[in-house]
Order: sequence, then C-alpha cells, then structure tokens
Amino acid sequence: MVSEPEQPSEAPALAAIGLSKSFGGAVAVRDASFDVQRGEIVALLGPSGCGKSTTLRLIAGFERPDSGAVQISGDIVVDDTRWRPPERRRIGMVPQDFALFPHLSVADNIAFGLRGGHRAWWTRPLRRFRRSQAPPRVTEMLELVGLHGFAHRFPHELSGGEAQRVALARALAPQPAAVLLDEPFSNLDQNLRASLRLAMRRILKAADTAAVFVTHDREEALSLADRVAVMRDGQIEQIGPPDEIYYRPRTRFIGSFVGDANIIPGQPLRGGAQTELGFVLLVDPPEHAGADSLDILLRPEQLALKQTDADDPARASVISSEYYGHDQVVRVRLPSGAEVEARLRTDVVWQPGDSVSVVVLDDGIALPR
Amino acid sequence: MTLRGGAATVPARLRINVPAIWILAIAAAAAACIPLVYLIIRAANADPDTWSRVLTDGTARLLLNTAALTLAVTAAAAALALPIAFLTERTDLPFARWWRSISIMPLAIPSYVGAFAFIIALGPNGSLQDLLAPLGVDSLPEIYGFFGAWLTLTLFTFPYLLIVVRAGLRDLDPGIEEAARSLGQSAWGAFWRVTVPQLRIPLATGSLLVALYVISDFGAVSMMNFDTFTRAIYVRIGTSFDRSSIAVLCLILVALVAIVLLVDWSQRRNARYHRLGGGAAKMPRLVRLHRYRWPALIGLGLVCAVALFLPIAVLFHWLSVGLQGGETFPDIWSEALNSVYASALAGAATVAVSIPIAVVIVRRPGFLSRIIDRASYVGYALPGVVVAFALIFFTLRVTPGIYQTIITLVFAYAVLFLPQAISGLRTSLVRVQPGLEEASRSLSRSPWQTFTSVTLPLIAPGILAGFALVFLTTMKELPATLLLAPIEFDTLATSLWGHQEDVFFARAAANGLLLLGCAALPMIILFGNDRGLRT
Repeated sequence: MVSEPEQPSEAPALAAIGLSKSFGGAVAVRDASFDVQRGEIVALLGPSGCGKSTTLRLIAGFERPDSGAVQISGDIVVDDTRWRPPERRRIGMVPQDFALFPHLSVADNIAFGLRGGHRAWWTRPLRRFRRSQAPPRVTEMLELVGLHGFAHRFPHELSGGEAQRVALARALAPQPAAVLLDEPFSNLDQNLRASLRLAMRRILKAADTAAVFVTHDREEALSLADRVAVMRDGQIEQIGPPDEIYYRPRTRFIGSFVGDANIIPGQPLRGGAQTELGFVLLVDPPEHAGADSLDILLRPEQLALKQTDADDPARASVISSEYYGHDQVVRVRLPSGAEVEARLRTDVVWQPGDSVSVVVLDDGIALPR
Repeated sequence: MTLRGGAATVPARLRINVPAIWILAIAAAAAACIPLVYLIIRAANADPDTWSRVLTDGTARLLLNTAALTLAVTAAAAALALPIAFLTERTDLPFARWWRSISIMPLAIPSYVGAFAFIIALGPNGSLQDLLAPLGVDSLPEIYGFFGAWLTLTLFTFPYLLIVVRAGLRDLDPGIEEAARSLGQSAWGAFWRVTVPQLRIPLATGSLLVALYVISDFGAVSMMNFDTFTRAIYVRIGTSFDRSSIAVLCLILVALVAIVLLVDWSQRRNARYHRLGGGAAKMPRLVRLHRYRWPALIGLGLVCAVALFLPIAVLFHWLSVGLQGGETFPDIWSEALNSVYASALAGAATVAVSIPIAVVIVRRPGFLSRIIDRASYVGYALPGVVVAFALIFFTLRVTPGIYQTIITLVFAYAVLFLPQAISGLRTSLVRVQPGLEEASRSLSRSPWQTFTSVTLPLIAPGILAGFALVFLTTMKELPATLLLAPIEFDTLATSLWGHQEDVFFARAAANGLLLLGCAALPMIILFGNDRGLRT
C-alpha cells in the first residue's frame, strides 16, 4: 500500500533519539525514538496522557528533554549539552487550537514567519488605507490551502476548517524542515473531519515536508499517515505503515487500540493454532510448536457466519447485531461463553438468537501473552 | 470515541531569556519595598527615648481618631453603596443607565477638592448659611472636625464599594434568588437572606479599598482640621528634625494598615470563593419599585447632588465670583502642564515597570512569582505621606543627587500605584493563550520579537487601562506631591492646597475645576463602557 520510504541517502528531516521527559516524577515520555523523511507523514497515535503532545513539544523546543536528542536535517538541536531555542529549529507548529494571531489578518499571519514578513503592528492603521500586496509566498500558500481571497480576513471571521488551513499555511510558509500538528482535527466538526483529512494530506504532500501529527483517533492516524507510531505510557510500542500496524500489531494493546479486535486463546499447532473456532493459520507462527498456549487476534472482518442447526455441538448464537447500512457488526456467543464480533456484508441480516457457526476467513496474528 | 488525547498541555517552561525578565521583575518588586524597609530599619534604630516621646496621649488620640474615622466612613460607604448598587442594577428605576454612570462619578473628585467645596458651602459664613441667614439661622452644625471629615470621605469614597458590589451583583446567578422566592421568601427576604450574603466578598473587597483610602487620606482630614496620623506626620515632617520619632509614627500607621489587611484576609479565608459556573447567563428579572420609586429617586438624587453637583457648583460659583472680582490666575496653565507631565510620566513608568512583573506572575507561576506579586502591593497599602517621608530621607541618605527631583516624585508614584497597572495587565495577559507565543517562537521569532509582535499588541488595552488609571490617581495625589515635588514645581493639586491655605478661594476653585477636567479624560477611557473598572 505504502511505498517504503526511499533509502535515506541524506539524513532524515527529523529524528527523535531516545527522548525522555518527566514532570515532577511522572514520566511523560520514555526513550522515544523515531525518524521522519522529507515528504513523509507520521502519526503519533495513543490514548490521552500517553505523552504524544509532550513528544511534539520536545521536538519543537517548548520543553527540554531529560535525556535523548533531537536531530533536524542532520543537525542535533538538543541533547545533553546542546540547546537550540524553538525559533532556530525550522520546525513549523500547528497547535491544537490553531493559535492564529487575533490581531493580524490571514495574510499577516501567514507572513509572520517569513524573513521580512514582520511588519510592525503600529503600521497596521496605515496599511488599512493602502491595501498592500501580500508577499508572493503568502499568495502561494493561500493557493496551496485553497483560501485564495481570504488574505484580508481576520481570524475571528474564519470557520474552524479555514482557521486550520491558515494555521497550516502559516506553519508551512517559511519552508520548515518539518511541521508538527497537535490533534489537528479535535477542534473541528465531526462531519468535516473526513474531507479535511484528505485536504490535509494533499497539502502536506504538495508541500513536500516532513510532518508529524498527534492524534488519539485511530481512523485519523490510519487514513492520513504514511507511518503510524503507537504510544502508550510514554513509550512507542510499534511504528510502521498503517496496514502493518493494523494487521500485524506487536502487542495486545496495539491490536485492540488501532481497531476492533477479537482475541481468543489457542494451542500452537504446525503453522497455526487450534482454537474454539477450529484450526487458524497464523501470519507468523511460533518457531517451535511449544506447549504454551497463544492469544490470537482476529479482526471482525476476518470472520464470517453460517447458518447452522440448533443441535450442532459447535454452534454459536447471535447476541446482538448493529446494522450500519454498508455493513453490520454481529456479536456472537461461542459455546464456551466467549464472545466474538464479526463485521459482515448486509446480504443476510442476522437476528439475536440465530444459531450460527463462525468461519475464519483469514490468517490470525499470534500475540505475546 | 470520546477520548481527547493530548489536551493536557503542560505550561511552557522556556528557560531562554528567563534571567532578564526575572531580574527586571525582582528589581521592580524590591524597589516597591524600599519605603517600608527604610521605615522599619529607621524605627528599629530608634532609642527608647524616641519611643517614649512618641507613645503619648497625643498619639493615642491620633490612633483613636484614625480608627474611628476609618470605621465610620467604611460603614457609611457600605450603607450607601449597597442600596445604590441594587437600585441601579436590579430595579426598574427610571434612567437606571444614566444613574449608573452618575453614581460612580464622585470618584473623580479628589477628597481635598470635595472638602474644600464643603467648607466654603457649608462652613461658618459659607454659602448655605448666607442662604439661610434671612430665615434666622445663625449657625450650622460644625463642619470642621470629625463630622466634616466623615461626610467628605464617605461621599467621595463610596463609589469604590459601589463598583465592586455592582460587579458582584452582575456575577450572581439570578436563579438562586428565584429559588429563594420559590421557597417562600419575599423579594425583600430573598435580598437579605440570599443576595447580600453572596455579596460578602465584593463587600469585603470594596470596604478594604475604602478603609485603606481613609487611613491614607491626607487632604480632606487636614482641611477639616481633624487630627489623624497622616496630618500629624505631615506637620512634623515640616517642623521637626526628629526623624526617628516620625518613623515610629509612620510605623504605627503602617501597623494600622496591616490590621485592616489582616481582618480582610481572615474574612476571605473563611469565605469559600464560589465561582458560579459560567456567570449569569440569564438576565435577572427587574424588581418593580412601585410606590418606592419616588423615594428611591429622591434619595439617589440627593446623594448625587451633594457628592457631585454641589462641589462642582461651588467651584463654578467661586470661579465666577473671582472672575467678576478681577482675580487673575497667573500660573494655572503651567500648573496644569506640570500635573499632566508628572501624571503621564508616572503612568508610563509604572506601566513599564509592571510589565515584567505581570509577565512573571502570569507566565511563570511559582513561589518566587507569588512573592513578587505580594511585594508589589506593599507600596500600594502605604499612605502617601509615609512613602514620601521614607523617600525624602532615603534619597537624602543614599542618592542625594535625585532628592527633590522629578525622578524621586515619579518613583514615589510608581511605588504607590504599581498594583493598579499590574492588575489590568494581568487580566489581559491571561487572555493571551501561551499557544500564541509558542506559535510565534516556532515561526523563528525570538522571545523579545515574540513579545513585541504578538504579546504587546494583544495586551495593549490592558496597558492603556493601566496607564489611564495611574494617570488619574497621580493627578489627584496630594501629600506625596507636596512633600516630594521639586521646588517651584507646582501641580494643580499642590497649588490648590496652597491657595486654600492662603484663602484664595477663586484660584483654588479654578484649580479644582481644571483638575476635574484633566481627570475626566482617563475616566472616560476607564469607565466609558459602563462595565465598571476594566482592570
């Protein structure tokens, strides 16, 4: 799905190397390492309080790491001995609330970070009279984010989505080595998010910059990012392309955090495992079919249901079904009492109480216990 | 999914450039403490003789006078402010909006201008007696002394309480009163049993302001010949060379201030500060006055007439008398210029000094910034006479070069009025989210550039309000100006003082009117929006 980032002939645009930070004893970030290539979008995904935002602030220079280093375009900007303040890091930032300067027009907001873009605020009344032309870079950025004609508006005159794009344009205007986006969609209307995600990805790709964004929304992370880093309790548990994170989670936490998950026990057996659902092939079967039992993860869409007789010993029964139109999620109780969910097409509509048998369509993933 | 990750942003702890801002803030706060520290050292070095010279019956009488006046004025001001606040905020009083503005205007009249007007209007052989003489009234109640001081200070300080109580009334949730009504309370009962108790904190805050004003007041009590500490200290600075005993007197006065602050503090500590969620969303239903409408109007009219129109009318009367009599006003324009010059300098200097303090308090909360916060209030609580005394001898001793220069005068103003500038800045700084400053930093702006291009324009209203407030207060200030102004540097206030001592009533009246005119401009900036103090 996603092309592997081309061989890094040059240094990555951005690299976090073993970053750690605690606040008065509470560990926020622990030994976080990842890198981002130019033109690549990386998502930091995790539940609230897992240290995602702190990681961004460490990279931007708003917090100082307790240990570890940050490297931007090959230069170390912070480590145990070095410190480069935020304004000299060439890092663009899109804060959660966008933080547009309320006293500046859209054009002045975007020009803010440009060399010579700073026009003294006390000349503003003067400029009212002669609407000066925005610098070419500002016009270019407005075109890029699709806000042509918004140059003279003020932040309070913008909708949430427009404000987000202005913030993005402002961050991208000085051609930073990387942009950091903190929960970029959390302040926006739920219905807008899907379309804004697409627009955001298009803009970031067009700007050809490295981008890191923080989110707690798995859909956002999987659909927008080239690679996803899943964080938990300050640590990065896995980093990889979305399909790898989804279908080959390395831990039980990731398996259930990035998507709906059925986790069932099984006994290892020649390239697969014997489970209550029958023999399941495994993606990465354990080397030696030891005696230890396994946990096996199966996504709901990897299961199917078949009508069966009420006297089938392996029969399961439908407990509930949620109908979504394009698909349905059917919850089933197995003879052992365990429950699994199946995501199914809607050609057959299941009702609670139906007798079914569960069919495994795909290879499962063995999770470490 | 309802998780909201990453919302808990830790406040920025940017350690860059921290020293500069801390040094400025600490220096400013320390400077504000110079007068008090000097006094304490001075009094501590006083020998037992000095103490016994000071601790006499005379001092006990001063203490009694000052305390009695403070209590009486505070109580009377509260008794005026509470009903006026309620009438103008919560009833269908005709022209309520207009009354709202009028009733706080006495604030613009310095107490000594008011006292001067009252003396020539109500004093022996005053205008009122002239009017009443044909009716056979030979003498009016004595205006000099306690009564006059009490009347003057009450009428010109109650607006402090009024502003705070009114703001408190606005913040109350009318739903609570409605709940009381639904539980069987009459409108009157609900007011006393629900509204007034909720106004405890505003009442305490306003009373504190009034009490501190009275303790510090010099002009009105002196004109009314009522002996309080400030007057005694002022007289002795002019006549006595015994600095230690004056320092001891000052320290007793400071102790009185400390007691007031302690009482206020203990009140506050017991009262839980209930912030009502989101303020009052509903508009309160207005109480219908019905047959009380006329008594209310007359009462309110009377207060405003005496506190606002009478002084102004008296000043105009004497000005016209003087003009008809060929009186000349030789120096009045240069005095006005001096007043504006000193006030503008004081406003600018105080605001400039308060910026680092406000930044430290708002952006770097912690133990040290709390101390800086408290320290900046020390000078504010001190009476002007005390600050002036301390600075006279401090400069003579440490920096004789700036004794009796505009520098010392402006320094004294800054010490006296620093918190007025800080409070406005603080509120507007709190409204500037730190995210904006961080965004600027990530866009290659240094901390200093960030401050000038983002923070400064956004806190400009707070700066303007702080400047206007300090300007206004400086304009009205009397004792420190009398004691510290350079020789030949007369302001409207000091020359008004001189003129009334020399019984040049027409000249004093002209000064008073011009003073009110100059003070009106900042008043419009501060209160023009009818929302009370913007600070």
